[in-house]
Amino acid sequence: MTLLRHTSADQDVQREALTVNPAKTCQPIGAMYAALGLHRCLPHSHGSQGCCAYHRSTLSRHYKEPAMAGTSSFTEGSSVFGGQANLLAAIENIFTVYNPDVIAVHTTCLSETIGDDVPQIVEAAIDKGLLPEGKMVIHANTPSYVGSHTTGFATMTKAMVDYIAQSSGAEKIRDQVNLIPGWVEPADMSELKRLVKLMGLDPVTFPDTSGVLDSPQTGIHEMFPAGGATVDSIRSAGDSCHTIALGPICSGPAAKALFAKCQIPQTTMPLPIGLKATDRFIMKLREINGGFVPDEIMTERGRVLDLMTDMHQYFYGKTAALWGDPDQLVSLAELLITLDMIPKFVVTGTPGKKFYKRMGEVLGDHAQGCKVDQGSCADMFQLHQWIKSDPDKVDLLIGNTYGKYIARDEDIPLIRHGFPILDRIGHQHFATVGYRGATRILEQILDAFLDRQDRDAPESGFELVM
Amino acid sequence: MREAIDILDARRRQVHTKGSQPFQLDCEKHSVAGSVSQRACVFCGSRVVLYPITDALHLVHGPIGCAAYTWDIRGAQSSGSQLHRMSFSTDLREKDVIYGGEKKCEAALIELIGRYRPKAAFVYATCIVGLIGDDLEAVCRRVTAQTGVETIPVHSEGFAGSKKDGYTAACAALDRLVGTSESPPPDGPSINILGDFNIAGETWIIRDYYERMGVNVISTITGDGRVDDIRRAHQAQLNVVQCSGSMKGLARLMKQKYDIPFVHVSYFGLEDVSKALYDVAEQFNDPAMMQRTTQLVRDEISAVMPQLRRYRDALQGKKAAVYTGGAFKAFSLVRSLRTLGVQTVIAGSQTGNPQDYQQLESLCDDGTVLLDDTNPLELAKFIDQTGADLLIGGVKERPIAYKLGVAFCDHNHERKRCLAGYEGMVNFANEVYSSVCSPVWSLSPRKRHAPPVKRSIGPGPLVTADAGLPLNTKAPQCPTAATVPSAGSDSHACGVCQLKAHCSGLAAQETETA
Repeated sequence: MTLLRHTSADQDVQREALTVNPAKTCQPIGAMYAALGLHRCLPHSHGSQGCCAYHRSTLSRHYKEPAMAGTSSFTEGSSVFGGQANLLAAIENIFTVYNPDVIAVHTTCLSETIGDDVPQIVEAAIDKGLLPEGKMVIHANTPSYVGSHTTGFATMTKAMVDYIAQSSGAEKIRDQVNLIPGWVEPADMSELKRLVKLMGLDPVTFPDTSGVLDSPQTGIHEMFPAGGATVDSIRSAGDSCHTIALGPICSGPAAKALFAKCQIPQTTMPLPIGLKATDRFIMKLREINGGFVPDEIMTERGRVLDLMTDMHQYFYGKTAALWGDPDQLVSLAELLITLDMIPKFVVTGTPGKKFYKRMGEVLGDHAQGCKVDQGSCADMFQLHQWIKSDPDKVDLLIGNTYGKYIARDEDIPLIRHGFPILDRIGHQHFATVGYRGATRILEQILDAFLDRQDRDAPESGFELVM
Repeated sequence: MREAIDILDARRRQVHTKGSQPFQLDCEKHSVAGSVSQRACVFCGSRVVLYPITDALHLVHGPIGCAAYTWDIRGAQSSGSQLHRMSFSTDLREKDVIYGGEKKCEAALIELIGRYRPKAAFVYATCIVGLIGDDLEAVCRRVTAQTGVETIPVHSEGFAGSKKDGYTAACAALDRLVGTSESPPPDGPSINILGDFNIAGETWIIRDYYERMGVNVISTITGDGRVDDIRRAHQAQLNVVQCSGSMKGLARLMKQKYDIPFVHVSYFGLEDVSKALYDVAEQFNDPAMMQRTTQLVRDEISAVMPQLRRYRDALQGKKAAVYTGGAFKAFSLVRSLRTLGVQTVIAGSQTGNPQDYQQLESLCDDGTVLLDDTNPLELAKFIDQTGADLLIGGVKERPIAYKLGVAFCDHNHERKRCLAGYEGMVNFANEVYSSVCSPVWSLSPRKRHAPPVKRSIGPGPLVTADAGLPLNTKAPQCPTAATVPSAGSDSHACGVCQLKAHCSGLAAQETETA
């Protein structure tokens, strides 16, 4: 038994109570990532030190950046008597030494289960005068035994609305839209902001990890890099004319909360990965801006389309296996279908109700030939079993780093996409959303196919022009 | 960090600058809440120690995160089974937290043991399991009875202390395996290698040294570990313990139970690895073995010295910051860096004890900043203050160094080349050199105005032949004599060789090659 061979083709393993090689991780890391997208915010993990260390390490490995976060450093005593004393001390210490504008506290399974009431503890901190003027503490409940890292991200994003966004009572600002980008790379957040600005609108983007987790080398240790959504900008989200939430799982709850709190009309739509999804995003912005799409965007769209037509014969009928976060998977599947490819296997460990329905919608006629699984037993082991027992090997794998074992064992090219990517660089700097992002993904997919063709070609068929 | 940053008041006594005042450093304290600590938890400690037992099943009983974050993140290599690299989790959900997870855990174990037939199974208790009170002992007893595969609970609830307590829990789990085999003991001198984790194959190098000395290695715990070997570990005559934090517990237990003595060693750096081999040879009181050891040390040092000398020429005068998990490794690093002409200006660990820091202080030069359980802000501040050219640490320290425009060497989980043993020292020198002397730093804001670095060694593999190399040494001498404060005795206690025979032998050899 080796790691590379998770399973064999003839094994049909029925499981009830077990995850083997997970296709998800836990809520707090999502909350930590979202909180890093708040300007001058220190995420704070209310629990044992290990959780915080693991989350920081994983974020550092993925983004190749320092990921700062505090921890309540629970001990056995805290677990018995509650973590109030730890959190109060932490709040005092953090403001004294690190001086952030915001502390974003998220719970772990430990603090959640012993029942620590974070809002009440924060009240106590305010009463004791531990919060300096103009500073704030926000929180999200993120027990690890509920949801996944994506729902943790969603919960912290929603906390930004709950704690910060406000309706000033004045008229809505006509050109200002709220952009809730979902769990994407810093470069994606930049690209989305650029598109919104090109559409003549002023985006209030949160969370916004651009400038935080893709920061330049300055020679100085920046506890709080320059990027991130400011508290003031999020406050003004309560006065925007519309909210666009990308990805129902990661961004939907915040958009709904903003509607409930400040009556901002909202549109929750799939992540704009691929031409069709980006079209929808741009069309929505066009509705908001009064019907205007600048030439620059039309040109970008035309370029993607041009590339797709230039090379479409290489995509026809190619099959792919995908894994990762539901919001990403829905859009990726749609992208593949527009390329005439077939998403054959789709796996996400993240539980949730509407995933099958959404996948069904984008798969359309392809739904019959596609196996989709979700939940505890939907893991990399499951995916590997499917791939192994399929007589026609899939042509492509798209997903995070964990797919590399399958890629090697089955000799199938892998395009790294999603979280985490621990073994490559660049993903944080190259957007995959929008038309430009579509170009990037197209290039990656096509390269994978052409490299494979070159590698496998007989000498007589090894050609210069393809 | 241009502006002055305060050290947390509660942490002031965990920082000390050598020579500034009488030495006293607070340590073994819980991290201050709110501090951006680089430390981890009990589960992490147990998991890293037991992880490299390759033919055991490792089931993480808890929510998914604990398993996901420890899935194959350490390059602990195996010469056989790869079962340890799989990630198994009970993926506890809300209803399990309410109704308890014992049934789920038991079902998972039965299923996994049935499928993989491991030699033994470890079940790790995470925070939540401790809290909801699952009786893992009972679960394991039932599973052992039903499957015949020994199933061992690891009491590693994350909140129950620090990473160190995880080591203790791992040792307690191992203690249940040791002594459970009745196979006949081997003839001749025998040891267990404890506390090496076979990162990048290091255990294999160490094992080879001992075998060349004529010592049987009964078990390696835990790097490239095998359950059956661990079961008969009690047959060894000596336990050789590296990584003091993690495995001293097991060595102590084996001393009590089986009266097996243990020695403390380190395999990092010429001085420490040589001392380790001599210390082990000394324990067996066998002149022939000592002679073989002397020969081994001599051969190995002569093989690597020419290369090291070239690195030393390039690195002379550079300054390093060292921040490790355990303190024992920090000693080796200070000495190894000195061998390379690099001065340690910051030294710290996550889990050192008073004796560790006392020793660390005595090793360092005046002005060295000593840190216990530090955080990024302090590290950055002291790197800036001391003008360190290099940071040695782990995954969370790497991007901090790079943002500062400072070279980095991973001496932790993520090292890709073995850094232990003699060849490991060359790799270490190469790693340090390739980072410190990279032209990339001349482009960084921090170093833009600094004079260009001396790049005397070209990229690519180094030629081992030393013909034409500029040998700085005027007279043949012990390779490390210049780097180690001499004890001044004619037994030449340089720490590397400790034996006159070695030095004179080496000197003769160098004269020939020169």
